Amino acid sequence: MKKHLLSIDDVSADDVATLFETAAEMHDVQRRQVKKLPALRGRTVINLFFEDSTRTRSSFEIAGKWLSADTINITGKGSSASKGESLRDTVLTIAAMGVDALVMRHAASGSALQVSQWVDAAVINAGDGTHEHPSQALLDAYTLQRRFGTDGRLGSLEGRHVVLVGDLTHSRVFRSNVLCLTKLGAQVSVVAPPTLMPSGVEPWSKELGFATSYDLDEVLPTADAVMMLRVQRERMSGGYFPSAREYTVGYGLTRDRLATLGPDVPICHPGPMNRGLEIAADAADAAQSLVLDQVSAGLAVRMSILYHLLAGEGSTS
Amino acid sequence: MTDQILVKGASLLGAASSDLLISDGVIAEIGSVSAPQARVIEADGLVALPGLVDLHTHLREPGREDAETILTGSQAAAVGGFTAVLAMANTSPVTDTAEAAERVHDLGRTAGLVDVQPVGAVTRGLGGQELAELGLMARSRAGVKVFSDDGRCVADARVMRRALEYVKGFGGVVSQHAQDPDLAGATSCCHEGELSGRLGLPGWPGVAEEVIVARDVMLARHTGSRVHVAHASTAGTVEVLRWAKGLGIEVTAEVTPHHLLLTTDLLSGYDPTYKVNPPLRPQEDVEALRTALADGTIDAVATDHAPHARHDKEHAFVDAAFGMLGLETALPVVATVMVESGLLDWAGVARVMSANPARIAGLGQHGHDIAVGSPANLTLVDPAATVTVDRDDSVSLSRNNPWHGRTLGAAVHATLLRGVPTVLEGKLV
Repeated sequence: MKKHLLSIDDVSADDVATLFETAAEMHDVQRRQVKKLPALRGRTVINLFFEDSTRTRSSFEIAGKWLSADTINITGKGSSASKGESLRDTVLTIAAMGVDALVMRHAASGSALQVSQWVDAAVINAGDGTHEHPSQALLDAYTLQRRFGTDGRLGSLEGRHVVLVGDLTHSRVFRSNVLCLTKLGAQVSVVAPPTLMPSGVEPWSKELGFATSYDLDEVLPTADAVMMLRVQRERMSGGYFPSAREYTVGYGLTRDRLATLGPDVPICHPGPMNRGLEIAADAADAAQSLVLDQVSAGLAVRMSILYHLLAGEGSTS
Repeated sequence: MTDQILVKGASLLGAASSDLLISDGVIAEIGSVSAPQARVIEADGLVALPGLVDLHTHLREPGREDAETILTGSQAAAVGGFTAVLAMANTSPVTDTAEAAERVHDLGRTAGLVDVQPVGAVTRGLGGQELAELGLMARSRAGVKVFSDDGRCVADARVMRRALEYVKGFGGVVSQHAQDPDLAGATSCCHEGELSGRLGLPGWPGVAEEVIVARDVMLARHTGSRVHVAHASTAGTVEVLRWAKGLGIEVTAEVTPHHLLLTTDLLSGYDPTYKVNPPLRPQEDVEALRTALADGTIDAVATDHAPHARHDKEHAFVDAAFGMLGLETALPVVATVMVESGLLDWAGVARVMSANPARIAGLGQHGHDIAVGSPANLTLVDPAATVTVDRDDSVSLSRNNPWHGRTLGAAVHATLLRGVPTVLEGKLV
């Protein structure tokens, strides 16, 4: 495994299998009364969050703590540029405290990659702008593999039709997921109105091998899994679509659409959900919804990521 | 017979070799010249060009003297073979008054390496709303003729119309940074296309430039004024320019060396060295710009030399400063892209890097043919040299050099301003 986790491009399909194998073991730990493992005792993990986050930050924090790492949160809103300090100075200052891993979230695409070139610590990208969110994609894939497996064993995504719907242009979850799911052999369709389809998606989708559509109802009948992505309400003021109502009619997982899905088709959402906008409450709370499974899987996968990047430092899988 | 210089055996614009005798700042004799008292510059194998003129530089003084000063910028210009540069108005304070323009002008004369000609702001404080004192700047000691809010587009059509009309009164020209702010906002930093989609960087679509260029040529036609398009970057802009020139509309345009060679894919590593405005474009645009420069649709090469302190580039990509160095590498890039490929000969280089920019900017002392009686503003180029650019070799105060590590053909050997060598053997005198 590479030193950093900046993009899904940094891990091979074999790496993902290794990560998931460990994640499954970590998952079992969650059910124990005493959840702490000594694996990362004496290691320091800093959660460096330049952008608001509750679930990802606390997930990484708990993951680090259950592995006995010293976990510290540093949050700072706004770019360092607005404070007159360069990003490089900010992260060098933090790295100088003797850090083993930096879990970083920043509003700017590419910032995690830049930081990895400046510091010695392992850098884990916990979301860089509208670029990537690799731990989210890994936990999504892991959640689906568990869902498709039997007897507690992980299933396969090979040939499974996974449909991603939402604000693709501004979604780092989409970018990491499309890389991860295609890597694992899934058949991927992405659906959005034309204004929220990333620019230049055609050559990209051909190269990577995923399908694009403006018509959710055309794609949904063959779905083996559906991932709804958050649509930020402020996109409306950007003129990306005329109204929440119109978006929901075109691209929401409504009660009507839920009824057309088979009962075994899992529904995922990275959260936070806009109930009533991209996902109806009935869909969010349906038996086939994996939304809360994603959260617990997130802990297991993040424990595995921290373990593989830190415990075996210097060795390769 | 004092102050005579004999340039021996230079190839004039790449054609026949000849000696040039320079006396009192003027070319006194051309041919086979014997002048025993003259100081000799051996120019065997070198190409003589009229001194280069840059329509578009940022010298950062006043305001950001940590990034560049008028002196260090002048040094970089001289090393690059330039004898005149236009200094953009987006300094702090902005060059939007006669006094500010005179200050830049005078600091340039004090440095004495190139003629520094200030560009005046079109609008007060680059605010885009009220016209700056264009006439007072024109009538000042600085004699401002080119006006630009560069870095910002004069987006308001009414303001642009008035500016175009008003500068007719004193033969001025507006140089437009064409960027519709609604289509490409302040954070837009990557050519909108496949790579911006993959990288998740805010897109800067070519159409944001093209709609402004199209609007402005129609305003130029309507007002009977002349407009200059700064740093044209797309094939669509080239089409509009070709169409407008075909109609006889008075429009001129420049292209930067970086838009002639560097492409969008360099942004894949999020290195802010390659962050520039307008952004680097795909190969199709680069090809269209080269063709347009060769066939005269684009009139001039201009560097958009934009020095930045290191810490202003050490931010996340979207937060980092726009711009890259260009003065010292402009001629080698043009030689590599245009001359080696046969798109331009050296006479063509003289046209797009000296004669045309001097004419556009109204610089009477620059851009002359190499002829008896012309001011001895000269650049001697070694066409056979190849140079691997090292950013630490630069005389600029800044290091945001996108050419670092690249090998370019041709090198500036000497630069003469009014007969006085500013650069010899590639080094500042």
